Amino acid sequence: MSSHDHAHPEYVQHHFHTAAEQRAASKFGMWAFIAQEILFFAGLFMAYAAFRFFYPETFVAAHEHLSWKMGGVNTIVLITSSLTMALAVRAAQTGNQKQLSIQLLLTIVFACCFLVVKYFEYSAKVHHCLLPGDYYGLPLKDDAGNFKLDAIGNRIFSDHCDIPKSGQMDAKSAGIFFGVYFIMTGMHGLHVLVGIGLLAWIWLRARKGHFHPKYFSPVEYVGLYWHLVDLIWIFLFPLLYLVK
Amino acid sequence: MSGSYGNEGEQSYLSRKGFLTWALTLDHKRIGLMYLGAVLFFFLIGGIMALLVRTELLTAEGDLFSGDNYNKIYTLHGAIMVFVFIIPSVPAALGNFLLPLMLGAKDVAFPRLNLASWYIYLLGSAFLIFSVLAGSIDTGWTFYTPYSIGPSDNGNAIIAATLGVFILGFSSILTGVNFISTIHKMRAPGMKWMDMPLMIWALYATSVIQVLATPVLAITLLLLVFERLLGFGIFNPALGGDPVLYQHFFWFYSHPAVYIMILPGFGIVSELLTVHSRKRIFGYKAIAFSSVAIAVIGFLVWGHHMFVSGQSELSSTIFSGITFAVAIPTAIKVFGWVATLYKGSIRFTTPMLYGLYFIFTFTIGGLTGLPLATLASDVHLHDTYYVVAHFHYVMMGGLVIAFIGGLHHWWPKMTGRMYNIKLAAFASVLVFIGFNLTFFSQFFLGSQGMPRRYHAYDRVSESLQGTYKFWHQMSTSGSYILAIGLFITLGYLLASLRKGGTRSPHNPWGGVSMEWLTATPPIEHNFEGQPVCTHGPYEFPEIDKSAQDKH
Repeated sequence: MSSHDHAHPEYVQHHFHTAAEQRAASKFGMWAFIAQEILFFAGLFMAYAAFRFFYPETFVAAHEHLSWKMGGVNTIVLITSSLTMALAVRAAQTGNQKQLSIQLLLTIVFACCFLVVKYFEYSAKVHHCLLPGDYYGLPLKDDAGNFKLDAIGNRIFSDHCDIPKSGQMDAKSAGIFFGVYFIMTGMHGLHVLVGIGLLAWIWLRARKGHFHPKYFSPVEYVGLYWHLVDLIWIFLFPLLYLVK
Repeated sequence: MSGSYGNEGEQSYLSRKGFLTWALTLDHKRIGLMYLGAVLFFFLIGGIMALLVRTELLTAEGDLFSGDNYNKIYTLHGAIMVFVFIIPSVPAALGNFLLPLMLGAKDVAFPRLNLASWYIYLLGSAFLIFSVLAGSIDTGWTFYTPYSIGPSDNGNAIIAATLGVFILGFSSILTGVNFISTIHKMRAPGMKWMDMPLMIWALYATSVIQVLATPVLAITLLLLVFERLLGFGIFNPALGGDPVLYQHFFWFYSHPAVYIMILPGFGIVSELLTVHSRKRIFGYKAIAFSSVAIAVIGFLVWGHHMFVSGQSELSSTIFSGITFAVAIPTAIKVFGWVATLYKGSIRFTTPMLYGLYFIFTFTIGGLTGLPLATLASDVHLHDTYYVVAHFHYVMMGGLVIAFIGGLHHWWPKMTGRMYNIKLAAFASVLVFIGFNLTFFSQFFLGSQGMPRRYHAYDRVSESLQGTYKFWHQMSTSGSYILAIGLFITLGYLLASLRKGGTRSPHNPWGGVSMEWLTATPPIEHNFEGQPVCTHGPYEFPEIDKSAQDKH
């Protein structure tokens, strides 16, 4: 920077002595934040494990109705986006502004692709009434708002809900499976959405030339976040779509 | 330690005036003060709820409130005290103020995040207040299913309260992240881990729990909201879900949260006892590492809340065993504190009095936990007043006593004012007597079978009713004495702030840790120049070092 070695460069906040101290502190904080993200999802994985243990047959039967093809495409999309993210961080480190901008945009495009595929997946579930809890099979209600029951006390599903109506899955535990499915993928989807926002912010800052080999922490930390989102999907995908 | 006092040059952090200089401040000291105001406000509200509960129990009949309203009042008491008073009281209020000062840093690592967590805290509190307006919750502060998912005329209140606690969790997590980074990376030159004041060690262990446990509560409450709003079925047995799973999730956070609540108290007491007895702490490393040990073991004991919830006997036995293990690091601390007092030059200042009360009340709180950790006796004591007494001895007799002691110790540092010392000592005696009368009575109530959360006890045999009434009346009178003591405390603390209040000397207690190296109240950037750590936090000038010199 300037000839005053002791003066703060503009990217170092006033309460840090040096850029190195700022970098060390902020990176440490980011890792602590990632630790709490992992614990957040750990709760969901725990719920998955508990109900898989309670209802193994339903979990096997219900997972057949998830599209492993769409899930597979999304896995490839996300892994590729992690690659472009890593290249973006590398570009920031080497000061290659053009590459930084391109790779960030590519990452955003892949993230959007992921959500589009997710949209089609969710629509298919809604179409077949494969929904959580009380919504599984969209059971009919009487005027008072109570569920109508058939002769043996089961809920009566709406006519267009072919899969619930076929009765191949126990309705209660299938409702739980789809509850777990929607919450896990939904929370992950929300993180992808937040990731797109963060990437867009970083991209705008990159276009203004905020990052250079001496200061690229925000790019790096959004990268860490993005790899985490990717990693969570790497666990979600086989557990929900593939495991028999 | 070297470093200048900063009496000239920069001005006190309090000198800039105006609403926006507070609302938009990034200064950890100001944020700490704002938290302090908020937690004291909620302490007042939660305390009033407690007095209402105690007043209802003066008689055997339910004459002051209906059962439903009683449920709402104790739920509100618990939720306010736990989520918006105790959890943020030491870390977010005192901790925010002290942590950078004690480390010789200019601020916490992420000042903007710090301000954000303050506003997130306000937002979460607003949700809690809204839940009161929306009909108030009656589930108990734990939001247990099926109470919280069953048909209810105050469903909106339950959603508002759970979302409020969910939001408060983020505030807690962000504070934790901030403190961990600050402690790891921003200690003054020369300050090694073993040179940190024990308050910092305690805040460190607390922050680790905040970061690792709170997200599990977040997802649990989110699942609960989905359950209530959309009927997802995960905790609802009618839909194939499992209500005990909720308890597992809830206590996976909330048991470690007990240590979020008590560990900072350990930190404060370690400071109070050393400074006011002019001695080095006995067993610095043992006390420091036992904080970390408690944090680690605290993650593995949540099942002891479910001994009678249908958990398997094997799990219960294992959880019981691990629970007993918590007693080891805790006892190490208590022995360390007592040994610190031995042959110390004890000064009975108000902070010291609270430090001594803490050893007494917290030890009772800790020891009465052992019968609850024992499977056989827990079956008898579970959900009785014995449990209520036990956790109040830990939460109030532990953390709140330490918090008030810490407030008296650092009040001059924070405000530059000294309170009325005689009145303070008098009020502290009232608090001590009132507290013990209130809660020791409840051990008798509980072991005689009085269940918690009942607003009337007129359907038991006459002789038992007489016993219950006696102890309840003892307990209620104690709570009034306690309240008078706390109101006097509030009064003289506020009075010290008036124009012409007594100015505190620069270092009233003769502390040698870094927060006493700067001006009182501190200057805006904490220190003029960078302080350098040259000795440990308890190297008081009175300590006779001649024995060391001979070597």
